[in-house]
Amino acid sequence: MKLSTTLLTLSVLAAGSALAEPVAPSDVQFDDYGAVAESLTGQPGDPAKGAEVLSKRSLGNCVACHQVSALPDVPFQGNIGPMLDGVGDRWNEAELRGIVSDAKKTYPGTMMPSYYRVDDYVRPGNAFTGKAAEGPLDPLLTAQQIEDVVAFLVTLKDQ
Amino acid sequence: MNFKSMTAVAALMLTLPGVSLADPDDDTLIINGETEIVTKAPLPAHMEDANMDQIMSGWHFRSDETQALEMDDFDNPGMIFVDAGLEQWNTVEGSKGNSCASCHEDPSSMKGVRAVYPKWDEKAGEVQTLAMQINDCREANMGAEPYKYDSGPMVNMEALITLQSRGMPVNVAIDGPAADAWAKGKEMYYTRYGQLELSCANCHEDNYGNMIRADHLSQGQINGFPTYRLKNAKLNTVHGRFKGCIRDTRAHTFNPGSEEFVALELYVASRGNGLSVEGPSVRN
Ligand code: HEC
Ligand code: HEC
Repeated sequence: MKLSTTLLTLSVLAAGSALAEPVAPSDVQFDDYGAVAESLTGQPGDPAKGAEVLSKRSLGNCVACHQVSALPDVPFQGNIGPMLDGVGDRWNEAELRGIVSDAKKTYPGTMMPSYYRVDDYVRPGNAFTGKAAEGPLDPLLTAQQIEDVVAFLVTLKDQ
Repeated sequence: MNFKSMTAVAALMLTLPGVSLADPDDDTLIINGETEIVTKAPLPAHMEDANMDQIMSGWHFRSDETQALEMDDFDNPGMIFVDAGLEQWNTVEGSKGNSCASCHEDPSSMKGVRAVYPKWDEKAGEVQTLAMQINDCREANMGAEPYKYDSGPMVNMEALITLQSRGMPVNVAIDGPAADAWAKGKEMYYTRYGQLELSCANCHEDNYGNMIRADHLSQGQINGFPTYRLKNAKLNTVHGRFKGCIRDTRAHTFNPGSEEFVALELYVASRGNGLSVEGPSVRN
């Protein structure tokens, strides 16, 4: 009995995720201020995974440019961009999703990379090999990683 | 981006409250207690629109320990390569039975050369880097094989020649026939390459003094080249550094010796007009 309930739950979950194809980078809907209202995946983000994306060099490496007091164990946080403490007060979820997906829509000309955009680069490379990219680019982060990062950022409140 | 190098100083700067993250230091560089190096200078006229108020050697952005290695040639690991260069200078190679010394005698005859390269070469009808001139001599005057552009023997020879101009002001010409290459280099400097869309100016003009992960960003000046880096324990060429910086933007980079990098070298060198020739320098 218990087992079959579990199986049932699992199959419902599987069907749910099959329905939710992530929004492709070129289909993301930004409003006039650069915000993205709709989730890119339809799945809730995981703030713990988001924190990992912020910290890891091989993922978002956001701490290369930003300091985040909530991540005291992450060494060498840079200071190119503003401190992220309190961003959950300054911006709502849609605005944060917009900034992380393509910050240039919120801040024209910003130095912050566009994490969910694949077109219009000058001499795009094959990751960090220095060689030319082969075929279409993958975005810097996946749709779910963007959602995870947003889920973490909304927790960064001053109070 | 490549964030591998970590310095104790960077760690300190991030943990000590009250220590500014933003500032290069005010130390003075005197090598061997005698050669005074100009490490800060007014902006060259062509940089009036640049987002900065003076030019500075990368030396100011390094830790005291790293800085000290450059203050005495006995401590400077780059000097070993100068010795190797001197040996090459005196070695006969090629079909004509010449060494560099056959035509130029002592390396001190190269005083002033580093300070004005890259420069327009009338005969070749192009802007030449020091490396290109070295290879011209090898081929035309020695009948020897050219060195590979970014190779060990090339950087040794560059180090030897650079040393002869140490302390002299960088003074590359950007007008006349060099103007086209210079303009092309300038355009490259402000182009946001790669999937991270970062230009040289993003890091080295708008953010020098700031930390990008563990790295304290300098102005990306090349007056100190060739540069001994503690990180890879060898002398590094200008084009090798350009290649790495562009690669770190997730871009398809350019090759050492390419027309593009020659143009970029001329432009970046001109951003240091007025700083002293400092190579071989020490960086992390
Ligand atoms: C190369 C530098 C760089 C990287 C890497 C970077 N950012 Fe930024 N970010 C900036 C800059 C600069 C700004 C300020 C916008 C401006 O004025 O240009 C900014 C702004 C922001 C803001 C708004 C901050 C505020 O105070 O309102 C958020 C949120 C943000 N970034 C999140 C991220 C996240 C999350 C990542 C990684 C997935 C990231 N950033 C990676 C440079 C960077
Ligand atoms: C993503 C940031 C970034 C970009 C973009 C970048 N660099 Fe760098 N560069 C660095 C870092 C980090 C270092 C090591 C610390 C330092 O000396 O600034 C460095 C070092 C250098 C140095 C060595 C300076 C010295 O004193 O030894 C030169 C020269 C240089 N860069 C030139 C360039 C040029 C030219 C471009 C554009 C083609 C460029 N960089 C683009 C990050 C960058």
